Amino acid sequence: MKDFDSRRAGRYTIVFVVLAIAFLTIIVLNITIGSVDISVRDIIKILFMDADGSTQYGIIWKIRMPRVFMAAILGGALSLSGFLLQTFFANPIAGPYILGISSGAKLFVSFTMIVITQLWGHANSAEMIIAAFVGSLASIGFVLLVSRKVPSMSMLLVAGIMIGYICTAITDFVITFAADSDIVNLHNWSKGSFSGMAWSNVTIAFFVVMITSVIVFCLSKPIGAFQMGEAYAQSMGVNVAVFKVVLILLSSVLSACVTAFAGPISFVGIAVPHLIKLFLKTSKPIVVIPAVFLGGAVFCTGCDLIARTVFAPTELSISTVTSVFGAPIVIWMIIKRQKK
Amino acid sequence: MSDYYFKTSDLSVGYNGNALINDINVELSKGQIMTLIGPNGSGKSTILKSISNHLKTIAGTVYIDEKSLSDLSYKDVSTRMAVVLTERPKVELMTCRDVVATGRYPYTGRLGILSAEDNEKVDAAIKLVNAEEIAERDFTATSDGQRQRVMLARAICQEPEIIILDEPTSFLDIKHKLELLDILRMMVETKNIVVIMSLHEIDLAQKASDIIMCVKGDHISQLGTPRDIFTKESITRLYDLDKGNYNNYFGSVELPAPVGEPDTFVIAGAGTGIGIFRELQKKKIPFYAGVLHTNDLDYQVALDLAAEVVSAQAFENITEEEYKKAEELMKKCSKVIYSGVEFGTTNRANKRLLEEAKMLGKELPDAERIGR
Repeated sequence: MKDFDSRRAGRYTIVFVVLAIAFLTIIVLNITIGSVDISVRDIIKILFMDADGSTQYGIIWKIRMPRVFMAAILGGALSLSGFLLQTFFANPIAGPYILGISSGAKLFVSFTMIVITQLWGHANSAEMIIAAFVGSLASIGFVLLVSRKVPSMSMLLVAGIMIGYICTAITDFVITFAADSDIVNLHNWSKGSFSGMAWSNVTIAFFVVMITSVIVFCLSKPIGAFQMGEAYAQSMGVNVAVFKVVLILLSSVLSACVTAFAGPISFVGIAVPHLIKLFLKTSKPIVVIPAVFLGGAVFCTGCDLIARTVFAPTELSISTVTSVFGAPIVIWMIIKRQKK
Repeated sequence: MSDYYFKTSDLSVGYNGNALINDINVELSKGQIMTLIGPNGSGKSTILKSISNHLKTIAGTVYIDEKSLSDLSYKDVSTRMAVVLTERPKVELMTCRDVVATGRYPYTGRLGILSAEDNEKVDAAIKLVNAEEIAERDFTATSDGQRQRVMLARAICQEPEIIILDEPTSFLDIKHKLELLDILRMMVETKNIVVIMSLHEIDLAQKASDIIMCVKGDHISQLGTPRDIFTKESITRLYDLDKGNYNNYFGSVELPAPVGEPDTFVIAGAGTGIGIFRELQKKKIPFYAGVLHTNDLDYQVALDLAAEVVSAQAFENITEEEYKKAEELMKKCSKVIYSGVEFGTTNRANKRLLEEAKMLGKELPDAERIGR
C-alpha cells in the first residue's frame, strides 16, 4: 500500500519535472529560433542588461516573447477546456473544437469584428472575448439540446462536427462580404494563429485564463466526484444541477478566450488531456488539472515553433500543425477504446 | 413510535410528474434489510431512485432520522445514505482503492485529500468485503463480482446509516451472490444500519431480508416479513405465475406441469422421485404420483409437476382408501415407473401397488434410465 502510493508520487514528480523542463526548453527555442537567429547569450543581454532598442530587442520583446507566452497561456486554457468537457460528457473524445464550440465562438467573433469595425473603427480584446464566450455558449447549448434527444455519444460528436461546419460556412460567408481591410486580418485569424500578439492582449488573456484555471483547480474535488457519474456525484453531496452549469461556463470561458485571440485550434483539447492522463496513470483532477495546463502549454508552444520555422518564411496555421500531431493521437485513442 | 430510522408516508413515485406507484408507506428500523421484489418493469428502481433522492418524488414524504429528505441538503444526505447502482461507473485510470476512496468524499476537505484516518477507513472497508487482493488493480479490469464488492466497500466507507442497492446481485454468479448478501447481513448486524435493495432472486430475498416489499402495478401489493410473503399464493400472484410453480418450502420454482391425460404412474418417496418427475416434465409426459406422504420431499415437487398426487398423512401408514385411489389411477396407465424407494412400515402399501402393476403386466421402464 505505502509502496504503491510512493511509486505514484514518484511518477507524478517525474511527469511534472519533465513537463517543466520541456516547457522552458521550448520557450527558449521559440525565442532564439526564427528568421533572425538570436543566441541565448544575446537574449540574456537584451533582457537583463541593456535595452538598446536594436532590431534584436524589438524582435524579442515585441514579436517572439508575447507570441510564445500567448501560445503557452492559450494552449493551457484549451487543454483544460477539453478536460472539463470530457468530464462533463463522460467521453474522452469530447473537446471544444470537435463539439463545434470553437467554431461557434469563431462565428460570433468574426461577426462582431466586422460590425464593430464598421461602426466604431476598432474592436478591443474584451469585446472579442465576450463575443467568443457568447458564441461558445450558443453552440454548447445546441450540443446539449441534441444530447438530450440522442443518448449515443458518437452521434453527439457527429452533431458537434456538423455544428462546426455550419458555423464555419457562415463565417466564410460573412468574411467574403466584409470590407476589404478587415479580410486579411480575419482570414489569418479564422484559420488559427498565434502571430501578431500584443502585450496588452497577453495580459488580458493571462488574467482571464489564470483566474478561471485557479477556479477549476479549486473544483478538483467535485470534478473527481463527477467522474463517477452524475448519480454517484449527487450521493456524495454534489449539487449536480448547479455543478454542471459551472462546468460548462468554465470550459466556455477558457475556449472562448482561446478563440478570441488565436482563432479555432484543433485537437489540442482532446490529445493533451489524454496523453497527460496516460503519463500520470491517473485521472485524479487534483494532479491532472495542473499537468494538463502545463502539457497544453508545451504542446502549443512546440506546435507554434514548428508552424513558424519548418517552412520559413512561410508560416503554417497553428491548426495545421496541431492536427498533424493531435489527430493520430485521437484515432489511436478510439482504436484503443474499441479493444476494451 | 420513534425507533424507526427510515420511513415513507403516502409516497408516490414516478417520472415527469406522472405517478407510477402510489401510497408507499413503510417504516424501517436500524439493523433491518428490506428487499423489493416484483416483476420486471414494476418500478423497483423507480422507488429506489426516489428514496435515494435521485428522482423527485411526486407526492408524500421520505423521512430519514425523522427529518424529511427534501429538507436535507445533498451534503446532509451524503453522510447518511450511500448507494450502489446497477450500472458500472465509467471511470478511467482508477484503481479499485481509488474508487472505494471516493466514498470518503463527504468527509474530506476542500481539495479532497485523504487524511490518515480516511485511509484507515478505506482499508477497513476493503478488508470487510475481502477485496484486498484487487485493491491496486485497475477498476475497469475487474470482474462483475469484484466490481460489486468494490462498490459496496465504497458505500461502506461513506459511513452511511442507510445503504440503497439496486439489483446488487445481477450479473453475479451464485458464489458471489451469496458472498454479497452475507456481507450485507453482517453489515446490518455489526454496524446497525438499514439496507434497502431490490432483488430478482426470490429465493435469496427470502433468506437475506427482514422485510419484503412486493411491487406490482400502481401500488405496493404486499409488505411484510419473508414468512408472510413467501407463500405459494402471494408469489404466484405477484409474478403472475400461471404456468411455472413456486414452492415456498424450497424457495424454488418448477417448470410448468405437462398437460394432457397421463399414461404414466410413478411410485416414489424419500426424494427418489424428484429426478424422475423433472425428467418427465422435460419430455412433456404427464404423470400421476403416489402414494406420497405429505412430509415427503417428493410430495412437494409432485404437487407442482404431477397431474394428480395421491397423498398419505405424515407419519401414518397408507390407508386402504388411499391405496384404492392410487390403484385406480395406476390401472389407467400403461407404464408404471418404480423409483427404487425402499419399502418400510408406513409405505408398505406402495410395495403392494408395485406387485399389482407387475401382475397386470404394465410396462415397467427402468428408473435409472429415466434419470433420477
